[in-house]
Parts: sequence; structure tokens; C-alpha cells
Amino acid sequence: MSTPTLLIRGATLPDGARADIAVVDGVIAGVGTLDASPGAMIIDADGLQALPGLVDLHTHLREPGHEDSETVLTGTRAAAAGGFTTVFAMANTSPVADTAGLVEQELALGEASGYATVQPIGAVTAGLAGERLAELGAMASSRARVRLFSDDGVCVSDPLLMRRALEYVKAFDGAIAQHAQEPRLTVGAQMNEGEVATRLGLAGWPAVAEEAIIARDVLLTEHVGSRLHVCHVSTAGSVEIIRWAKARGIDVTAEVTPHHLLLTEDLAESYDARFKVNPPLRSAEDVEAVRAGLADGTIDIVATDHAPHPEQHKDCAWPEAANGMVGLESALSVVQATMVDTGLIGWADVARVLSTAPARIGRLAGAGAPLAVGSRADITLVDAAATRTFAVGDLAGRSTNSPYLGRTLPGRVVATLHRGVPTVLDGALRPHDEVVGAVRSVTAHG
Amino acid sequence: MRHLLSTRDLSRDDAIHILDVAEDMADTQTREVRKLPTLRGKTVVNLFFEDSTRTRISFEAAAKRLSADVINFSAKGSSVSKGESLKDTAQTLEEMGADAVVIRHGASGAPHTLAASGWIDAGIVNAGDGTHEHPTQALLDAFTMRRRIHGTASRGRGLDGITVAIVGDILHSRVARSNVWLLSALGARTVFVGPPTLIPLDLTGWPAETSYDLDATLATQPEVVMMLRIQTERMKDAFFPSPHEYARRWGLDDERLARLGPDTIVMHPGPMNRGLEISSRAADSPQSTVREQVANGVSARMAVLYLLLSGERED
Ligand SMILES: [Zn+2]
Repeated sequence: MSTPTLLIRGATLPDGARADIAVVDGVIAGVGTLDASPGAMIIDADGLQALPGLVDLHTHLREPGHEDSETVLTGTRAAAAGGFTTVFAMANTSPVADTAGLVEQELALGEASGYATVQPIGAVTAGLAGERLAELGAMASSRARVRLFSDDGVCVSDPLLMRRALEYVKAFDGAIAQHAQEPRLTVGAQMNEGEVATRLGLAGWPAVAEEAIIARDVLLTEHVGSRLHVCHVSTAGSVEIIRWAKARGIDVTAEVTPHHLLLTEDLAESYDARFKVNPPLRSAEDVEAVRAGLADGTIDIVATDHAPHPEQHKDCAWPEAANGMVGLESALSVVQATMVDTGLIGWADVARVLSTAPARIGRLAGAGAPLAVGSRADITLVDAAATRTFAVGDLAGRSTNSPYLGRTLPGRVVATLHRGVPTVLDGALRPHDEVVGAVRSVTAHG
Repeated sequence: MRHLLSTRDLSRDDAIHILDVAEDMADTQTREVRKLPTLRGKTVVNLFFEDSTRTRISFEAAAKRLSADVINFSAKGSSVSKGESLKDTAQTLEEMGADAVVIRHGASGAPHTLAASGWIDAGIVNAGDGTHEHPTQALLDAFTMRRRIHGTASRGRGLDGITVAIVGDILHSRVARSNVWLLSALGARTVFVGPPTLIPLDLTGWPAETSYDLDATLATQPEVVMMLRIQTERMKDAFFPSPHEYARRWGLDDERLARLGPDTIVMHPGPMNRGLEISSRAADSPQSTVREQVANGVSARMAVLYLLLSGERED
């Protein structure tokens, strides 16, 4: 059985041109001025911005082990609602994704969802314990074809272990995605170190704890000739170091989260734990620096660090609350607010930083392909002229720990197509049985 | 006053008003019958997630002298220590009809969370939260300074032109934080003195100067020298090399005591480490207000509970 042919009419492409897009069997069959074939489903995209389906290189799906926060199904629903068609699932589940069997299990959970492609990230060290390497090669050779490895949540702080990991993944074109946080400099840390933290009596997380690890890691990467990805860059100093490393020819890529593009440390003054995150919200100068870094290409991508938590882990005193915020549903709006509407980047750049580049860094073939004939039909349609007051109803995952609730944000995802299958239409998620059945028939085909 | 969470929320007029009410309360404590009927029928809960017998009994005495019913809810051995959340505890207290909750908590901001949560309608008094604030300590300190300096003419007055040296572990001190805002509101000047490791790096915009040299600061003849308790465990985290070195450089020893003017006030929030941050002679000297501070604590807390629980609520 083949999925029905679909025609997107009158969309604005990332380069600004207006075109129709035809989808057949999960693949883009035509881009230009097209006629609908009989029986084709028509999506009116007049005035809508089309983007290649968004790719998130940093998602915490929580399953297995923390299903009260999120499951692969609920997390991929959140992804689809936010315009994502691919998510890279972080390894800090329980058990930790540190063997071939476990990453294959995560892959299978994604296939059973259908709302988005789930690409597992493997742990760098067994159990994230920072003591010995996980079976990186076995994960790379598994059906999950893991290329990105990360102990995210904790830093691979041991310099020798980091060196070895960087060296080892060269065998299969892998990369280490580092959560850069020197643990001894951040014992008990609660928020950005600075005047606000001093006033609130919260232990500080100094910028140097991030920057020192990044500086060490780019030098190690240069020394062993490997590939490094820096997770959630949050400080002006980190941007400077990465800019220096790139100028030197070191193979380093970096991501910034939507929240570090928009929010600042003073939000902690409310002691509202929705604003507690690791790395912490920083100063206005840091926000300016990460925006500039993203605009000039020093920072390659935006990644959500979507981190769901159950209510009781946020509805408590700040020092007792968990770190992290959900971000899949709001990411594109925040990027539009901070980068597009400010004139720093255009929609073609959005396509790069939220789709093409993350797929390339993760070495995931098929994802992040341009809106061109022959590409997989992962497509996101956005109404950039829309404005909404972000509310719980805009969240599609299991948790509601969003820092944007009550905030006015621009843009709204109108439709998401995953492998040609609508996961979101008219701004609403499609039912699971419909989505999973259609995606299965497409993938069986291809 | 709806809550007392931070001295930073107090204007000069607010602060002087609280101190004046504390004077009234202190006056009643010299009478034969010390108990006032003012808060009869009101329930004050002392919710102590952290042990602090001194602060708890001070609040308890204050509430009882105002005829309030007092419930002591201490974390040790209760459901709180078995993982019950702040939210569940607050809802329990709401059901019990608490009019005011005096909260001591190890987590900075816990009183704010309680006040902002909607879990409970009671007025919240911060009795010390983590390394954040301890507002009633600052009020009793200011009350003590004002009485020493202005005597019976204290009412209506601030601490204008007074210099207060706060000496020790500023970084972790909720007493220092609450004092700096209140002293500033009252017109006093604050100098933080201590090892650089124990003074916050970024004090931009704070009404405080900093000094690493106690002797240089004492040479400027500050009107008040407030010694903070130093925890010797800090030395394990490399904040200073040894108690001995700390005492030599930042302790108020007998020799430094001798250099103070006869009117210099020596304060300590207690409990003291005699021989470490303060010598016995300094603690027991006529300049020392350590014992007055304890008595004044009850008056200051009576004033706070009175202002919180009597009269109209402005919310
Ligand atoms: Zn991380």
C-alpha cells in the first residue's frame, strides 16, 4: 500500500521563492508550479514558510526508566507539534543507553511511534559513570548506527578518558558530544555565578567551569585529529574559544539552546524552578554573544535540550528542584523571536541551524535534506505571522515544565510531515494509529 | 505587612516602623505582666526544616507573649524528614488554620516559594533560608545598634552615618545579606571584611564596601564590628588554610579588642566559636551586645508577628 499523494500549495521556500511541493511515497516528487494528481491531498500553504523537517540533536525522551516525565511516544508527539521530524535521543535513560541492545531498543520505540525519527545517542562511558568506555563500536555497528556519543547530564571530565573517547570514535566517523561542566567548579551549583546568585543566596555555576572544559576539549580534539560537538554553549567566553578553535581548523561544532538565546539569569529572582536549568541561564551579555555566534556560524546549530520533569520535581524550593525545561514545542518560535525577527538570520539559516546542520553533525543520512526532488519528505510549515501566548495547551509531551508559559511568542507550526505523513495538520497532532500505520507503509516501501 | 521574606523589601519608613513597634514591645517586657492579649486566637506555626533551637524558642517566646497559639512543626522525626514535600506540608498547615508560618529551611528561597505558591494563605516569616536571608536577625541587630547609639531617644531614628564592619564568611551568611539591605535602608554604611574566598566575587550595585584587612578596617574606627560564626568545615573546601590562620587574620582577639574605642559595639549573631572568630574577652566585654541581642530578638520578633497578624491585610 502506498500513502496518498500529497500536494503542498503555494509555500514559501527557505530561499524566499514560492512553490508547490508534491510528495509521493514519502519522498519529494516535485517542487515548482505543479498540478494536483487526482485524489491527492492538498495542503494550502499560502503565506506559510516551508522548512526541511526540523532535526533536534539534543532531546531527553526519558524512556526507558522515567516514563512519568516522558515516553518516546509523548516526546515525539511534542517534537511533531514543534515541527521536528527527527530527534536525537540522549543516552541518560535508565538503564543508560550504553550497549548495542539498548540503542536498538530506543530505535524500535521510535519506529513504534512514527511521529518522528528517533536516532539514539550512545553513552560515552558505561552507565555515564565516567570510569570506562561504553561499547562505542558495538553501538556504531548496531542497527541504530550510532555516530554521536554523549554522557550528557554529566561531563566526561577525566581528560584521559575524553582523549581516548575522541580517538576511538575516529574508527567510524563518530563524534563526542560534550556536556562541558567542570564538576569540581560546580559542586552544589544552582544558577549562574554572579551578583544575582549572590543576592539570592544560591551557589554559583561559574562561566569558567564551562569554558575550561571546552578549551581543554578543542585542544584534545586537535591533538588526536577527531571530531567534537559542544552541547548547549551558554557563555560569551565559550563562543570566543570555539571561534578560535574553528579558525585554527579544529573539527568542532557547537549548539545553543533556545532558552540560552532568550532567557537571562534574573528570572531566578522569582525562585520559580521552571527557570532552573543546566547550564544555567546566563547574563544579557552572554545571550548577546550566543546570538552573535549563531549568526556568524561559530555556533552551528540550535538544539532544544528538551528535558521533561514531573510536576513535583519543579513545584518545590529552587535548590531542591530538578534542572531542565521542555523545549521541543517552543523551539522554532524562540528562534524566530531571537534570531529571525531581530534580523540576525533569515529562514534559509533557520533551515540550516535547525535541520541540515544537526543531521550532518549526527551523520544521519536522509534527515535534514533540502526541499528538493528526491529528498525524504520531512517538511515543516510555519505561520511566521502568527502570534500566540504560549500556554499548557501548546505542549504536547507529558510534562509542562516550560519557561515560556504566559509569554507571547511569534510563529506557529501549522503542519509537519514526517516521511510524507502528516503528523500535524492545521496546527493539531494527527492520531497515533493513523500516523504510525502510514509511516510503516512508507518505510516498508523505501 | 503581608509577609517578611527579605529585608530588601523594606523601605526606610517600614524599617523604622518595625523597630519602633519593637521598642513598644520591649517596654511591655519590663512590666510585671509581660503577656499581651493582642494575638489571642491566632495560630503561629514554627516550621523548622533545619534545627535551630535559639531561633525557634525566640519566635515561640515572641508569639506566646502576644497570646498566640504556637505549634512547633520540626522536620526531625516528622513526615517532613521522610520526604514529604514543602507543598504537602504547607497544605497541611493551611488545613490546621495557621495564620502565620515562621519557616526555617536549608534551601534558599523556600519562604518565597511558600509565599508565592498559593498552597497556603498564612503570612510567611523567613526565619533563615539557606544562604539567602535571615530578616529578623537583621532587625534585632539594627534594634540593638539603635538602642546602644541613641538610647531612649531611639524611636523614629535610623542609623545614619554609622559604619558597620561585618567580618567573616560573607559568602555563606544569610545574616550578612539581611543586614546589608536593612543597614542601607537605615542610612548606615557596611564594610564586608574577610578572606577573599569568603567574600562574593560580584557585589555590583550592593551598598557595601569590601576589605580583606581587618586591622585596616578597625583603624577607621567603625561604630559597629559584627563578627560572624565561622564554620571550620569550610577549611576542607580550601576557603582558608587553618582555624589558626583564620583567627590570626580575621578573628577579634584581645589585642584587636584593646584597639577598639570604648563606644565601639561588638556584635555576634551566635552561636559563637570562642577563641576562633571572637575571643572570650571580646565576647564578654562591655562593648559586646551578644546577650542583649538575644533579649532584643524576642522584641523584634514580637513586632514582626504583631505587624503581620494584627490590623488590615494589604493584599
Ligand atoms: Zn547537558
